[in-house]
Amino acid sequence: MATLVSEMVDLASRFPGVVSADTRPGYSGWMVNKDNLVEVATALRDEFGFELLSNVCGVDYFPDKMEVVYEAYRTTGGPGLRFKVQVARLDPMEVPSVTPVWPGAEFQEREIWDLYGIRFTNHPDLRRILMWEGFAGHPLRKDWHEPFYEEDNKPLDSRWPRGKYASAEEKNIYKDNLQFPQNFDPQEVRIDGEAPLYDTLQKYTTIDAGIKTDRVIVNMGPQHPSTHGVFRAAVVLDGETIVSLKPVMGYLHRNHEKIGERNTFLQNMPYTDRLDYFNSMSNNWGYSLAVEKLMNIKVPERAEYLRVIMAELSRIQNHLILIGMLLNDLGAFFTPALYAFEERELILDIFEAASGARMMCNYHRFGGVSRDLPAGVLEKIKGLVDERLPRKADEFDRFLSENEVLLARLKGVKVIDADDAVRYSITGPVLRASGVPYDVRRAQPYGIYDRFDFDVALRHNGDLYDNYLIRLDEIRQSIRIVQQAVKQIPEGPINSQKPAYQVRVPAGEAYGRIEAPKGELGFYVVSTGKPNPWRYHVRAPSFVNITALEKMCVGTKIADFVAILGVIDIVLGELDR
Amino acid sequence: MYGKGIIKGLGVTLKRFVDTYLDDIAWWGRRYYNPEGIAHRSSKDARGVFTVQYPEEKLPVPEEFRYVPFLVYDEKPDGKKEIRCTSCGICAKVCPPQCIWIVRTNDPQTGRPVPEPAEFYIDADICMNCGFCAEYCPFDAIIMDHDYEIASYQRNVFNMEKLLKPASYYKSIRPLNYALNEEARKAKEAARAARAEAAGRS
Repeated sequence: MATLVSEMVDLASRFPGVVSADTRPGYSGWMVNKDNLVEVATALRDEFGFELLSNVCGVDYFPDKMEVVYEAYRTTGGPGLRFKVQVARLDPMEVPSVTPVWPGAEFQEREIWDLYGIRFTNHPDLRRILMWEGFAGHPLRKDWHEPFYEEDNKPLDSRWPRGKYASAEEKNIYKDNLQFPQNFDPQEVRIDGEAPLYDTLQKYTTIDAGIKTDRVIVNMGPQHPSTHGVFRAAVVLDGETIVSLKPVMGYLHRNHEKIGERNTFLQNMPYTDRLDYFNSMSNNWGYSLAVEKLMNIKVPERAEYLRVIMAELSRIQNHLILIGMLLNDLGAFFTPALYAFEERELILDIFEAASGARMMCNYHRFGGVSRDLPAGVLEKIKGLVDERLPRKADEFDRFLSENEVLLARLKGVKVIDADDAVRYSITGPVLRASGVPYDVRRAQPYGIYDRFDFDVALRHNGDLYDNYLIRLDEIRQSIRIVQQAVKQIPEGPINSQKPAYQVRVPAGEAYGRIEAPKGELGFYVVSTGKPNPWRYHVRAPSFVNITALEKMCVGTKIADFVAILGVIDIVLGELDR
Repeated sequence: MYGKGIIKGLGVTLKRFVDTYLDDIAWWGRRYYNPEGIAHRSSKDARGVFTVQYPEEKLPVPEEFRYVPFLVYDEKPDGKKEIRCTSCGICAKVCPPQCIWIVRTNDPQTGRPVPEPAEFYIDADICMNCGFCAEYCPFDAIIMDHDYEIASYQRNVFNMEKLLKPASYYKSIRPLNYALNEEARKAKEAARAARAEAAGRS
């Protein structure tokens, strides 16, 4: 049914002369005239019901065009709608911002400005986001080359057949990975990278009964134990209450997407492990889903079951760690976290036996998985999901859910309500805790999720306590799925393709998305038929969910900021990419 | 009642403490420093303390465990080492961080390439242990190792001397995979012999 409804969306006849179908072979969606973008976007949201803008990314069609690609979805489920805006590849490039329609596009548009140099007019705060202020150039452009650039694409000739290689530190006399713009003069450097950041914060002074009060700016991070990595938030405080907040990120930025475009399709697989390093099994899935769509290949039954088992086990351990670490953030120093690590340890043992590594699993291949389960591992999984994990989930529930410290800190502290969550493109448990039953596994089932009997976990208050409880709910639902999967798993081949180190991917575009433990994880891949992807974009749930951080935190206490950041569940490998 | 949660929480820790000793008694002396005990402690039935006393105790690694690869050579009866690698370069081409580079051998007389590497390097500091080289090697010449204790004070660029390990070592760390590979090799050789025979007859 859902497909039919989506096919009825005929934008070309609704907006004659403004919208046309994208007719390039292998492409789909709509081309929108740049000047009418906001008008079309408003209609999409209000008339057609595409409330959730999931993905915004740029593509550089060197040498003549740049493109911005949008993916919007209905929160009632069904396939999405893709529309694009093209601009001539001449600086300055300008595209109207869609933040008035979907505020969730704010960070993604900043990212495009940062990495592609497309300006978004009417954007509330267009600064660089992953690179630092003062960085020269826009690194995802095809004509931008990194230090020690060798070739556009791997494999590099220097390794084979030439067999000559010099490491970076041998090439640079400063023994460092540095590149300076032309005519760079260190004498003239003025370090004012922080000024634009502080300018965006609301600083104000009040004079109350003759007493002048200044607000304090506190930098939480980058080296702060509660930020789960190198993440920083510049916060303006009134007493203990947060008045204004701006997240600062990019400390772990390695331009994952540029690396991805240098890599061959297969070489990207282990790199996806490093995004959300807690859940490499689900990251693999998102990427293989996108490439399998492009290649138009099927996955054998057994491999589908293996994928489900691994992805759900990975969700269980992710949520366990979240609960443990949340208590850590609340001050229960490491005891609950380590109890959660015990169960995780058992799950990682399974990953290690199946894939060869505990965290960097690299388990999926296009058309299946890399290895079958060794003898005895299925019994281990059964033992875990039938006996130990349900018991442990109940134990967490019994000991924590009624704990008065937890209740006092979590209950009634608003994170976000349903309307705002959708407007800000939040996905995953945080969205569901605010009362929107949106789960990609049900909304647009991928793999074999339509076969399993499970409920979309849902809570209604959108406070910290619900965000904690929904993790327990999801653990229980995931256990249910794995229980069914280990019963039903058939024998058979694990890959429909012949093992090949170089895969042929037909030209076109594809967007693969899955319900990762942290939210919707999407991969937008463009192939030109060559061995390397032309565009490889990761729609990271951590990155998009953090867009609403200011919205969530303003008005709460500084101590709650730590808990809110804890339940949003960010991981910096994915946030900074 | 205030304080109940805290008492409950302390109870959890106390229970863990008691469980550890109960498990110790049940396993009377075999819980630590022996493979069975370690296996028990990392199973679903483990109670109490979970930790393994590294480096005195080590968790056994599963067969599929992968760490920085090594090169396999066959030991011939006359004591000669026969390197399986033919320097075809597939491992170098598939390597995601491009940490493998190979110098090929050329015949001194004809100048043509000989299927044997002159030099073979792996920068173990760049290697991401993905296992692609071993997975796609057509000659089972490069295999992922189990030896994960390679910390050092300098950059770990492994040359052939460091990389070469005998096939018997491969057999000892990955018996199942080794058996499968040997079977496939024998089948291939038999097929080749049959083909040669057929060609000779005709």
